[in-house]
Amino acid sequence: MTHLEDRVEKHTPVPEGASATVETTDEVRVTTPKKICGMGHRMKRKEDPRFIQGRGNYVDDVKLPGMLYMDIVRSPYAHAKILSIDASAALELPGVVAVITAKDLQEAGDLHWMPTLMSDTQMVLPLDKVIYYAQEVCVVIATERYIAADAIELVYVDYDPLPAVVDPFEAMKDEVIVREDKEKPTNHIWHWEAGDADATEKAFADAAHVVEQQMHIPRIHVSSIETCGMVANYNKATEKMQIYMTSQAPHAHRTVFALVSGLPEHKIQIISPDIGGGFGGKVPVYPGYVCCAVASLVTGKPVKWIEDRSENLQADSFARDYHIKARMAADADGKITALDVETLADNGAADAAANPSKFPAGLYSICTGSYDMQAAHVKVDGVYTTKPPGGVAYRCSFRVTEAVHMIERMADIMAHDLDKDPAKFRMDNFIRPDQFPYKSPTGWEYDSGNYEAALQKALDMIGYDDLRKEQVEKRERGELMGIGISSFTEVVGAGPSQDYDILGIKMFDSAEIRIHPTGKAIARFGTKSQGQGHETTYAQILAEELGIPASDIEVEEGDTDTAPYGLGTYASRSTPTAGAAAAMAARKIRAKAKKIAAHLLEVGEDDLEWNIDRWQVKGSPDQAKTIQDIAFAAYTNHPPGMEAGLEATDYYDPPNLTFPFGSYICVVDIDSGTGEIHVRRFVAIDDCGNIINPLVVEGQIEGGLTMGLAPALFEEIVYDEDGQNLTGTFADYLLPTAVESPKWELGKTITPSPHHPIGAKGVGESPTVGAPPAIANAVVDALWHLGVRHIDIPITPMKVWKALRDAGVEG
Amino acid sequence: MGKHTITVNVNGEEHTGEVEGRTLLVHFIREDLDLTGTHIGCDTTSCGACTVILNGRAVKSCTAFAVQADGGTVETIEGLGSDALHPLQEGFWEKHGLQCGYCTPGMIMSAKDFLSRNPNPTEEEIRWGISGNLCRCTGYNKIVEAIQYAADKINEGDAEEATT
Repeated sequence: MTHLEDRVEKHTPVPEGASATVETTDEVRVTTPKKICGMGHRMKRKEDPRFIQGRGNYVDDVKLPGMLYMDIVRSPYAHAKILSIDASAALELPGVVAVITAKDLQEAGDLHWMPTLMSDTQMVLPLDKVIYYAQEVCVVIATERYIAADAIELVYVDYDPLPAVVDPFEAMKDEVIVREDKEKPTNHIWHWEAGDADATEKAFADAAHVVEQQMHIPRIHVSSIETCGMVANYNKATEKMQIYMTSQAPHAHRTVFALVSGLPEHKIQIISPDIGGGFGGKVPVYPGYVCCAVASLVTGKPVKWIEDRSENLQADSFARDYHIKARMAADADGKITALDVETLADNGAADAAANPSKFPAGLYSICTGSYDMQAAHVKVDGVYTTKPPGGVAYRCSFRVTEAVHMIERMADIMAHDLDKDPAKFRMDNFIRPDQFPYKSPTGWEYDSGNYEAALQKALDMIGYDDLRKEQVEKRERGELMGIGISSFTEVVGAGPSQDYDILGIKMFDSAEIRIHPTGKAIARFGTKSQGQGHETTYAQILAEELGIPASDIEVEEGDTDTAPYGLGTYASRSTPTAGAAAAMAARKIRAKAKKIAAHLLEVGEDDLEWNIDRWQVKGSPDQAKTIQDIAFAAYTNHPPGMEAGLEATDYYDPPNLTFPFGSYICVVDIDSGTGEIHVRRFVAIDDCGNIINPLVVEGQIEGGLTMGLAPALFEEIVYDEDGQNLTGTFADYLLPTAVESPKWELGKTITPSPHHPIGAKGVGESPTVGAPPAIANAVVDALWHLGVRHIDIPITPMKVWKALRDAGVEG
Repeated sequence: MGKHTITVNVNGEEHTGEVEGRTLLVHFIREDLDLTGTHIGCDTTSCGACTVILNGRAVKSCTAFAVQADGGTVETIEGLGSDALHPLQEGFWEKHGLQCGYCTPGMIMSAKDFLSRNPNPTEEEIRWGISGNLCRCTGYNKIVEAIQYAADKINEGDAEEATT
């Protein structure tokens, strides 16, 4: 079954112990000395020396002998028939080697179409019509980068423009059909539901208060500072295709390439070298990658393709673009009773999202958030428009940002409507710590949580009561100040194999550890860091488990010829899956080490106990063998009958997802004359379970907060009615700089995951998910008394200015 | 395309090369000299990943032609800290001022130019000083701390030199 069929969401029940009431603490647990640097140490990152000295190795740094360059001819129309392609002038330019069109790909074995990760199809190159602006039309291969760029200007494409359909509500009318290749002439892709419609309807019928809001979570773009690119190197003698690729999921990409191209999988090597940021944008397979690989096959030479920023912004996968109508019900005491959500998901020209296959709207049904309620019902319809395909995550776990923005906005609207303080309203409605194991009305079983503790800490840290007093005083003087809260629950770590797969490949992840005779180690993983710091944090997990200093452990990822199979790094899944695999593989090594230690000490295994970095005889700790002693013995003096060596591999299939959470409070001051928003303070309390490296966690949170600020106030991909991208460069698509980004104030609570081997939950995306509604709630809080109920993000000064003028406030 | 012979002192070494009039300085540095620490992140002079120091001032090398550097001096990230790490490199490592590392060389070169003109900056001044450089990973707090660390370290070093 593919996701393209209509479906109702189902969750396989989690095993006992995979969710529980768990005690919350404030202190990071440290059990190893600094020289070992296990979990909890603020270790400086092991990967940094090469980056600060300009010795990183990104895809565009790869230079192979005889390498050719590829550039792409792109469509100037959002929707048009292609009447002809004339490449003769380009081919006459000295240095041009080849021009590849859809016809060439078709003749090479129907390679002009490819599957998306969501079981939809997508054009690699178009045979007869283009369906989005900047779509890849054909590619030019040349001996130099500049010649390839010259040559694309010499390719003459004759188009017959067709009407674009940019608005998904218009697309649902089926007046303009985007995908004429489909069996049914409709833009509607799929219908998906979660929760209980009847119970929800009944709760609304019984409700004392109901609020309703339409909102749009606009199309945005991840814009990692490195764009996408590839160097494909097909060797005709060995018949091996070696590929350097900006890939967050090199193993999955290898399998997709093998299935699509027919090349045997062992003859494809994908190397994901240093990656300059991913955020979900390097999960999909883009047409440029396929063309680059084909170009190398055709020419028998290495071919490099590196996107320009404008190509990256205009054609690569977008994120979000959900149009949401939400209703919330509450009883007479202000207790939330139900949530009802209808959503139109604008997928652009193909459903090229990167969700687990059985979840066409990702994990959107987490939308009841941190609140306990009787019933909920969610439905989403996916639709095609003449815009680039997507959507990816933008540093979040599969559509959780959309869900969190909606529930946190609705909670604030309900609180304000009931004239209740938004903090008190949240406290009254949270899932309480003693309600765990907690099953949500849409079928999730949250692993652990303590929402009151996190919010209370945020309130104390920011001085909430004083700020509310200040707000009253300012309001009397006509000054605009707002306080916004977001108490979010994330869901990450996909995922348990019963429910989670991508194109059928289960979403486990892996670790392989080899301890060398001198007690140093190399560990390889199926994930791939794009800045998250895996080379440090995985080493710290192994140091914690084995007592080998983290500085003695080499962590390697991204080469499919050497690393164990895994699904890659996105959706905050690395720590929940591969991080768990690291601990489990280390424990296998420790078990073998125990046998060797017993042999060396001439005692029974039962007489031994583990102490940080050694097996020691119970009651006589001076009789001990360190992990280094044992490693040496594993190669020089292993017990008779035992295999030599000290290695282990683990493929970890998590029993449940993890549910990091937090409470954020934002204070804004608004200029009533210009509508300008100043973020005065922002306190972020995050709970990601046990912490591996506090320094890395802080970095992840601060970075995620700035990436949450961005769509809240600045970023939006905008199209005109003809489907032309109006925000196709960094001059128009505004990333926050150090000036716009506030000084983040961080705090934490620690509520470990009950099912994860080291109690960790994942953190890289929580702040991107949690921050936008805190900011939006703060702005609306500043304007509520003027009659403003909602403003869609990004909340620009123009939108605020207009809201103020509509409310009759004089500038 | 006509070729021009240019000679540029890069990180203390003279390099002579043949370039087209339109060859960008960043491509000359990366492709002709194989100094790939200088990165490219955009096509509108917005991101600053390509920042190098040309004749003593930070420039975005995607928006300068290689011929403009003829007879001049260029300093790239590879020229910093050949014996020991430069205080900025040290600061970025100590304070976790980088994650994916892609913006880092440009950020460090901008900061070097900035500190040469403002050795005792406030936090606000540092933020404006690097506002031509985009970072998508860090949220900037730790970059600001890294530059503050370097400023303190450089000033300490200068003070020691003055007293000895």
